[in-house]
Amino acid sequence: MTAEEMGKQQKEISVSEFFAKNRHLLGFDNPRKALLTTIKEAVDNSLDACEEAGIAPEILIEVQQIAEDRFRVAVQDNGPGIVKEQIPRIFGQLLYGSKFHRLRQSRGQQGIGISAAGMYGQMTTGMGPRVISKVKRRKAHRYEIHLDLTKNRPIVGKDEEVEDWGPSHGTRVEIDLEATYQRGLRSVDDYLKQTAVANPHCRIEYRSPDAEARIYEPATKELPPKALEIKPHPYGVELGQLIKMLRDTNSRWLSGFLQEEFCRVGPKVAKDIIQEAKLGERSYPTRIARDEADQLYRAIQKTKISAPPTDCLAPIREEQILAGLQKEADAEFYAVATRAPSVYRGNPFQIEVGIAWGKPGGAELEVDERGRIHSTKKKKRGTADTEDLLGNADEPVRLLRFANRVPLLYQQSACAVTKAVMQTTWKNYGLQQSRGALPVGPAVLLVHIASVWVPFTSESKEAIAAYPEIVKEVKLCLQEAGRKLGAFIRKGRRVSREFEKRGYIDKYLPHIGIGLQEILGLSDEKRDEAVERLRDSMETSRSI
Amino acid sequence: MAARKKTTKKTATKAAPSARKRTTESGRADGSTERLARTTLESIDEVAKDVYTQIESGRMPEISMPQRNLKNVKFDRKVGYFELAGNVKTRTLEVNSVKTFAQTVRLMALAKEMVASDDFATKREAYYVSKNWAEAKFNEQRESDTVLDDIEGMFAFKEITREHLRFVPEEHGGSVVGPLTVIDRDPETLEPIRSDCTAMGSGAYTVPSSVDHLGMETTASFVLAIETGGMFQRLNHHRYWRTANCILVEMGGVPTRATRRFVRRLSEDLKLPVFAFVDCDPYGICNIYRTLKVGSGQSAHVNARFCVPQAAYLGVTPQDIEDFGLHDATHPLLEVDVKRAKDALKNDPFFKAQPKWQAALKQMLKMGVRAEQQAFAKWGLNFVIEEYLPTKMKAAKSFLP
Repeated sequence: MTAEEMGKQQKEISVSEFFAKNRHLLGFDNPRKALLTTIKEAVDNSLDACEEAGIAPEILIEVQQIAEDRFRVAVQDNGPGIVKEQIPRIFGQLLYGSKFHRLRQSRGQQGIGISAAGMYGQMTTGMGPRVISKVKRRKAHRYEIHLDLTKNRPIVGKDEEVEDWGPSHGTRVEIDLEATYQRGLRSVDDYLKQTAVANPHCRIEYRSPDAEARIYEPATKELPPKALEIKPHPYGVELGQLIKMLRDTNSRWLSGFLQEEFCRVGPKVAKDIIQEAKLGERSYPTRIARDEADQLYRAIQKTKISAPPTDCLAPIREEQILAGLQKEADAEFYAVATRAPSVYRGNPFQIEVGIAWGKPGGAELEVDERGRIHSTKKKKRGTADTEDLLGNADEPVRLLRFANRVPLLYQQSACAVTKAVMQTTWKNYGLQQSRGALPVGPAVLLVHIASVWVPFTSESKEAIAAYPEIVKEVKLCLQEAGRKLGAFIRKGRRVSREFEKRGYIDKYLPHIGIGLQEILGLSDEKRDEAVERLRDSMETSRSI
Repeated sequence: MAARKKTTKKTATKAAPSARKRTTESGRADGSTERLARTTLESIDEVAKDVYTQIESGRMPEISMPQRNLKNVKFDRKVGYFELAGNVKTRTLEVNSVKTFAQTVRLMALAKEMVASDDFATKREAYYVSKNWAEAKFNEQRESDTVLDDIEGMFAFKEITREHLRFVPEEHGGSVVGPLTVIDRDPETLEPIRSDCTAMGSGAYTVPSSVDHLGMETTASFVLAIETGGMFQRLNHHRYWRTANCILVEMGGVPTRATRRFVRRLSEDLKLPVFAFVDCDPYGICNIYRTLKVGSGQSAHVNARFCVPQAAYLGVTPQDIEDFGLHDATHPLLEVDVKRAKDALKNDPFFKAQPKWQAALKQMLKMGVRAEQQAFAKWGLNFVIEEYLPTKMKAAKSFLP
């Protein structure tokens, strides 16, 4: 084959074509996962939209089985709605969105998710996504969108005004897709429950294919604080990105470019960088050659620049984690811990950990003011409609990983969080653990990473890359929460050991009475009196 | 025929130069038993009362007992036996000890009942009695033995022994033959019963588990305490006790408390010298002989009564191996032997106080061999009677202490 012939075969590949062939990269590897990913992408978008608009999210998820291997997924939110003109591109074009070009903590990052879901639906059922959206004081619009896979462009099938759409604002997207529905781990149900844990401010209503309705009521009215957008930190950009930024900037001087396009760069730092790079402060950024850019890049790494601002992070916050866990995981003990924000490669991030431990319902021991211990059956709180997040005492703990409040359900073992959990010595905190494994115990471990840019290992956002800074922070945070758990477990064990010992007292004291009675010829009353007195002095003399 | 022979022999014994009839000071088969029983009962009551008073006053009851191990004994050659060094262990009633405490009180109650009804229980039986105590029962005899030892310790302060509390050991005491008459009594009729230890034929008188009530009469001039049944049989069969005018006691390994007490009474009450004849190995010396002479760490609280400080060591000594040409009848010392001997040299207060014994033990370690009593059979079965014992007895003054 000649170069010319080969040249004829060489042509542009559209992003959509690429992903159509590599759907697994986006989380559509199998029908079961496809259903989850579709819902996840839609819900993520809905939550982001609501929060950005300062609206307490109310999400409705409907999953209907329309054929043996076909499902119709509808996700509706009470968000601000999407302006009419943007609807087709948001849902019908890959890599179109508001989130990629800014550094701000949000669930979505790239602008792939929901359009990829639409694309998957279209590829497996021939039907593109349908969207109804209403902005306040405007008419609701209904679109039927078809994706042009080669051009990565939406084709609008139907565009109509809807007169009688109920809500005053919001968006509803409907996607038909080939899928299977199954409950259990990593199911839609699991995802929604975990979402409810990490987002206790949301109301989530879920109508499953079994026509069951499950409602996760919010545990708080407080919305998470709005995340602020930050400029990239010099340490966080790679050479290619730097070159692109140099080309695209409006700044006329190199010094101005650095100060405007990056955070934490003032005149002093800019001067330092430029000197280090042996360039001129007044150089024209767009004229910086590749070699010079390389020098600039190296100079940045060598210059001391303060860490990026961290007020851009919106952690779940301890009380909210607690509320979420208490709401969805019925346990005997809860512990939460938060780390101060930290930085990896110029990106600020923050780790939070929550632990729920111990299945209630077993015998509960109470210590009264006289120092006696009573055994009481603890009443189980009524969350009968939810699956139990807590495993059994002889099973590994349930690990719930969250990135910017989104549950990560797949690829647990590839995740930095899992690594950190395994590297933590849980024996110190009252849980069993074999070497290099998850700890064993009736517990749920919740780990949340909040960041302006979460380093996922793949586009399907399933596992967090193991940057040493991240693993370290997760470990420190786990240890912090672990210490609280350890203290509780030890106390619990102490009380139950004590209870056992006191059982001992009850068992054997009477024999001292009998013996003394036999030797001293005591009356039965005197004997019982002595035993009772002995019991009293013994029990009250023991502190717990 | 037997009767005639016996008479003759008796006459012969009496004719021996040192023959002198000795009796125990007071015939023991009298009211002393009842008096002892009374003091025992009172002691039990006292201990129980003490516990009860402590409970009444809202305190945690405590009982104290001496610590029982070799670390808590001291040896003074003037005293002659292991004495308690005075470390007292106090058991306060608390959760961890409530079971043992209850069992202690219940065993005391059992003791009281047995003393009152003039009965006894072997340690094994005591263990079985506890099976009726529901959750307070002992799971193994080891547990009840320990509690019994503790009780004995508690009562040691009042000079009352386990036997007085009517807990008797399983094993019977040693065998005795020779010119000795033991006066016991019929437990039912209280009639005295006299046992002539020269009239046991090829058998022997067996030391009962409790010996304090026995009366004794003798014409013997010394006591020979023998380690093994085999040697005892040989000496008995050939009537060595007659020839040498002595009482033979078979210890059968480490002598039981009853045997020790019995020999002690022969030594103390009848003023007879006591010689030990055991194997020449660390066990024979450091365990059997040491325990006979000064008692043990375990039973330090009762050693005052259960040992024979006047006993001396006839043999077999390491030097005997040389003197009697036993080299080719020895066995090499085992690792445990060496360890035992070294341990005795280092830790045993008795051997530490006896330079002669240190020399002897070091000699044995140096020779690296041990010799049994019966090794003399190498020179003929009765070499021991004809040569060894007479030779040794000529130099009784130089026996090891």
